[in-house]
Amino acid sequence: MLEIKGLNYYAGKYQILKDLSLTVNTGSVHSILGANGTGKTTLGFVLMGLSGYKPHSGRITLEGNDITDLSITERAKRGLTLAWQHSTPFEGITIRDYLSITKGDREGSAASALLQLGLEPDEYLGRNYDTTLSGGERKRIELAAIMTMRPKLAILDEPDSGIDALSIEKIADVIRQINKNGSTILLITHSWRIAGIADVASTLCNGTILMTGKPNKVTEFFVKQCQQCKHINEPKLQEIIDAEG
Amino acid sequence: MQKVDFKEEFEAIVQTFERGGGDRDIFQKSDASFLVVSGNRVLTKNVGKGVEADITEEEDGIEVYLRVADNMRIALPIHLCFGVVHREGKQHIRSHYTIGNNTSVSFLAHCSFPRAENVLHMMDAEIEIGENSHVRYNEVHFHGPEGGIVVIPKGRITIGTKSSFFSEFKLVEGAVGEFDLDYNVHVGAYGIAELIAKLYGKKKDRIKIKESIYLNGMYSRGIAKTRIVNKDFSKSEVLGEVIGNGSHSRGHIDCTEIIEGENAEASAVPLVKVTNPLAKVTHEAAIGSVDKNQVETLMARGLEENEAIDIIVKGILK
Repeated sequence: MLEIKGLNYYAGKYQILKDLSLTVNTGSVHSILGANGTGKTTLGFVLMGLSGYKPHSGRITLEGNDITDLSITERAKRGLTLAWQHSTPFEGITIRDYLSITKGDREGSAASALLQLGLEPDEYLGRNYDTTLSGGERKRIELAAIMTMRPKLAILDEPDSGIDALSIEKIADVIRQINKNGSTILLITHSWRIAGIADVASTLCNGTILMTGKPNKVTEFFVKQCQQCKHINEPKLQEIIDAEG
Repeated sequence: MQKVDFKEEFEAIVQTFERGGGDRDIFQKSDASFLVVSGNRVLTKNVGKGVEADITEEEDGIEVYLRVADNMRIALPIHLCFGVVHREGKQHIRSHYTIGNNTSVSFLAHCSFPRAENVLHMMDAEIEIGENSHVRYNEVHFHGPEGGIVVIPKGRITIGTKSSFFSEFKLVEGAVGEFDLDYNVHVGAYGIAELIAKLYGKKKDRIKIKESIYLNGMYSRGIAKTRIVNKDFSKSEVLGEVIGNGSHSRGHIDCTEIIEGENAEASAVPLVKVTNPLAKVTHEAAIGSVDKNQVETLMARGLEENEAIDIIVKGILK
């Protein structure tokens, strides 16, 4: 589905992504685990083609087609989308309108998506998608938008952040449902709990993928090595080699 | 003086009223209060229960005295339809509204200038609101595409103890022309004032807004909210003033002005002042282009950039 080869990206003089390569298989949930500041969100922005996030080198292909130089809209039309970590509120746009902005929306899917995210459609569809909603509510609506859009590949940036602990399982269910509906998912997170729902996981450190494998093995490595690491963004290579066996 | 064809002019004004979501049946209802004015001539009027009106046609304008009695809940909005349906003309409305105590009433003002090429519309309004009363004043303007119009609305509003005044002014259809709004609002104890103005400047439109809220009473509250989008060569300047005189009064200025293209201009000057140590007044202003994050969020849903901007602008001016 998605092939990333030798991606390098600089923010000013700082190199954020370093020769990053990754393959995301069609139909999978692939989690990217990483501590704060390792380049996870930047990776999502570069993949979506946001302004100011053009890679300095490397290629991105989606279903075999090079999308590296395409606009955000062109990428979206080819089936790629991004759910932001911090979703943007809109003045004067109702949640109903926001969910139906998505091209390819199907009748009734907005209400059904809200219900699956624990939001009563009668209460929410007529409300504005603005700052009167909490960050957690906006986050769920962002996921509802992905559900209604049914993209080929959804990049979900920290879908669990700002969500109360009791609702994490609901978010996990929704991610599974989006995947079941036919979307491949690139799940960016620093939570090994949410990463556990993936089929494949990778750890990101210092802008590069350290290891890719089964989620339990990668999360075990992440919890033992990355969460304890006193040298964030300076991976101890021998420990990685040992962990990979 | 231009010949007045009452039927034709009434029809033209009512058609615009309907375009804005109005129902012409309102003008058949005996319990509804309404006033329809073309130029400086009254085409039709009525007052329902609890409302009194003295309306005088004068050579240079219309004088309107309107009183809403105490202890009234006026169910139907009072409709005010003003307009100049010809290419040229002048209209000057001098209104004096007095709202009694313990009363609730809303006004729907529709102003239509569909063919304006050389039109002047002036409104001098005085609104006095008694105690424990609630007033909503919604005004929508419909202008033609030429922009040959000068609109000068001026208002002085006095809000009594525990009363509220919510006003929304909207001019987003057609060209604005030259627009110079000046509202002064004085808020009594525990009173509330909310002023909202939404305008869409195009071509060579000039927009000037001055809104002043004086929070005179204790625990009074007020907000001046402005939303303007400018494109082409249009310019806007907004002066929002909130002055906290009463103890525990709270005020806020919220101004967003967006420009589309390289030739439009926008400026905002918020003036916040307190004369009471227990008062607090804040302001926020966002001047510039459409929010990049909003645009990119919609583009990531498959919209083209111009489609995304259109949706964002419509939302802001909704």
